[in-house]
Amino acid sequence: MPTFVYMTRCDGCGQCVDICPSDIMHIDKTLRRAYNIEPNMCWECYSCVKACPHHAIDVRGYADFAPLGHSVRVHRDEEKGTIAWRIKFRNGKKDMELLAPITTKPWGTGHYDLASEPAPSKEVVDTELLFNEPKYVAMNDNALATLESNGLEIKEGVYY
Amino acid sequence: MGYKTIIEDDIDILVAGAGLGGTGAAFEARYWGKNKKIVIAEKANIDRSGAVAQGLYAINCYMGTRFGENNPEDHVRYARIDLMGMVREDLAFDMARHVDSAVHQFEEWGLPIMRNTKTGAYLREGRWQIMIHGESYKPIVAEAAKKSADKVFNRVCVTHLLMDESKENRVAGAVGFNVRTGNYHVFKSKTVICGAGGASNIFKPRSVGEGAGRVWYAPWSSGSAYGLMIEAGAKMTQMENRIVLARFKDGYGPVGAYFLHLKTYTQNCNGEEYESKWFPALQEMVGKEYLDPEASHATHRPIPTCLRNHAIINEVNAGRGPIHMVTMEAFQDPHLEEIGWHNFLGMTVGQAVLWAATDVDPKYENPELTTSEPYVMGSHATGCGAWCSGPEDVSPEEYFWGYNRMTTIEGLFGAGDAVGGTPHAFSSGSFTEGRLSAKAACKYIDDGKAEGIRVTDAQINRRKEEIYKPLETYTVGRNEIVAGSVNPNYINPRQGLDRLQKLMDEYCGGFGVNYMTNDKLLSIGLKKMAILGEDLEKVAAEDIHELLRAWELKHRFLTSESVFQHTMFRKETRWPGYYYRGDAMKVDDENWHVLTVSRRDPKTGEYTMEKAPLYHLVGDIEDKDLAKLKAEGHH
Repeated sequence: MPTFVYMTRCDGCGQCVDICPSDIMHIDKTLRRAYNIEPNMCWECYSCVKACPHHAIDVRGYADFAPLGHSVRVHRDEEKGTIAWRIKFRNGKKDMELLAPITTKPWGTGHYDLASEPAPSKEVVDTELLFNEPKYVAMNDNALATLESNGLEIKEGVYY
Repeated sequence: MGYKTIIEDDIDILVAGAGLGGTGAAFEARYWGKNKKIVIAEKANIDRSGAVAQGLYAINCYMGTRFGENNPEDHVRYARIDLMGMVREDLAFDMARHVDSAVHQFEEWGLPIMRNTKTGAYLREGRWQIMIHGESYKPIVAEAAKKSADKVFNRVCVTHLLMDESKENRVAGAVGFNVRTGNYHVFKSKTVICGAGGASNIFKPRSVGEGAGRVWYAPWSSGSAYGLMIEAGAKMTQMENRIVLARFKDGYGPVGAYFLHLKTYTQNCNGEEYESKWFPALQEMVGKEYLDPEASHATHRPIPTCLRNHAIINEVNAGRGPIHMVTMEAFQDPHLEEIGWHNFLGMTVGQAVLWAATDVDPKYENPELTTSEPYVMGSHATGCGAWCSGPEDVSPEEYFWGYNRMTTIEGLFGAGDAVGGTPHAFSSGSFTEGRLSAKAACKYIDDGKAEGIRVTDAQINRRKEEIYKPLETYTVGRNEIVAGSVNPNYINPRQGLDRLQKLMDEYCGGFGVNYMTNDKLLSIGLKKMAILGEDLEKVAAEDIHELLRAWELKHRFLTSESVFQHTMFRKETRWPGYYYRGDAMKVDDENWHVLTVSRRDPKTGEYTMEKAPLYHLVGDIEDKDLAKLKAEGHH
């Protein structure tokens, strides 16, 4: 429907509500558990499925074109930096397990704090350079490309 | 209504919408504005918001200058021919010369980029695309933005820009509401960087019922980039340039890696190659300058995507559908088979769900392709968006008004889908545009351009009343009826969206009419749009969630109206395969080798249209092969 929530696994923690990009995972006020309030605005993006600490959320393909009896399950692990998938076909003939990395570093350690970088000089402010440039463009000392450096020139605007 | 008003004052840079463009802006702003107050307002949660929420399996815009692969001008040529000539070459060059530095930072932050084990360079999917394990692309990038921003307001849907009342046409912040608490949020800011999204779901989707959410572009991309800026009176460009995608049927799973990396190809229902037979007639329509298969085969020059769509559409109409993607050869290689599946899991899980549900194993069966409903956006292979200033050192004088990526409203900048004329930016290019905007916005403030901004309580209160009106409409009208959704005094957001989609489909060239329209149809459509506009004054919201849908609908409406106006203005068929003007079925370079620019008067709602010249920065000879062909008499 596309995402749905298993009654016995959901404890109403709200992780899915917090992450859903489409604002469609809500807590049912009576049952105190999450559910998809607007299936036709669900992208099957799996953000909620991945975020659920109890694997209480699953996906059943869109009713207007996906027959019943399939399964695509996932376990995302930030500590290990991996995501594991299992795909089961309706006819039971194909059952795949796939694993991929999601990061190359311990979560959140690779970022820099730009507030503590030395302030750019007035001369740099007046150039076209962005932070870490020109070095990071080609990871060498080459200057940022300009029309002149690349042998280009502005031709008169044409309406022809 | 017991909603609080929460005012965030003295903001220097407000980022409205934090997908890849907005996160790039927030990140970079901290470097150039050490002491500036940087605030993000995002209608979802920035860890999983925007078009990249689900992840990506490729970065589609990377020059590879460090590996000696491409120069920025090569990318300009590529984007230009793909868009049938219609790009802002200054903006495209500028994006391309910076984009690699963004990608190299992503890698440092932990984004897994695949490497070619032989060369050590990034693993190429195609000339411009590199392959990544990008399930966590968005959370990784969001982390950088969170580190830079002073405050992040998740779940705040920005509905309107605030305008300065001491100086005309100058931005002063934005307003919106929290989609959970319902509270009214006022952001008083010296500059605004609009990083909101393009528009899915404005044309009737092929899916019906539950599957309406399985659109190609995210369903939460509600055209807010355009809704916000158009409403404020910013000039827009190329809004007619909607895009239609040839994708795996129903699931809309990506085909880029399949074509480029897995070397799969398409054929008709009889197993025949079909594309080339449509090219001679198509060449008559568009001219040899835009379609020269011989030159394309011999060089890097691509055949424009729209023209390849045209061949699919015509082959299907000739009764030889469906079009199949031939996967059975490539998928015999277990390594390639795994890549094929990872490709979906990394960016379009729904396609994997669909193939599992329908027992489609591409190893033993060639899956169906289809052409999608149209989308309006500015970061993928099309260039809708605001008319923005370019950079000082690249742009012609006419296209430079002081600050890079500033719209025609002072202090209002754009990034990603918001900026017009810069197709093929994709995720990395959108992030780059955000960075460029952020630096320029800091300079704008430091130059004293944001002094003396005045926002009265009257403006703030007027917007507040406007924002909550759908709740009021519901409360008043609801009790007249027993129960249900049929009411003589209002429509709900879904009903309004259905009408908009039907209108766009039938009058503005959706899939239901084979992407065909003409002046008469557009005129009728615009009249119906005006009446829909009146009815949207009576859109009703039962709760705060529906209020979000109501405002998304209003943004989609403003986007759609602009698409109608632009489509009517450009009296030619510039992009066969994206849409057709039945009353002008050819590319008309004599009259329409121009960019279209519009402005909607915020006071009257009237549109004015104009043509803007194309400034060509690069020649059309891409490489030695093409030069040779030209010497032999090809174009």
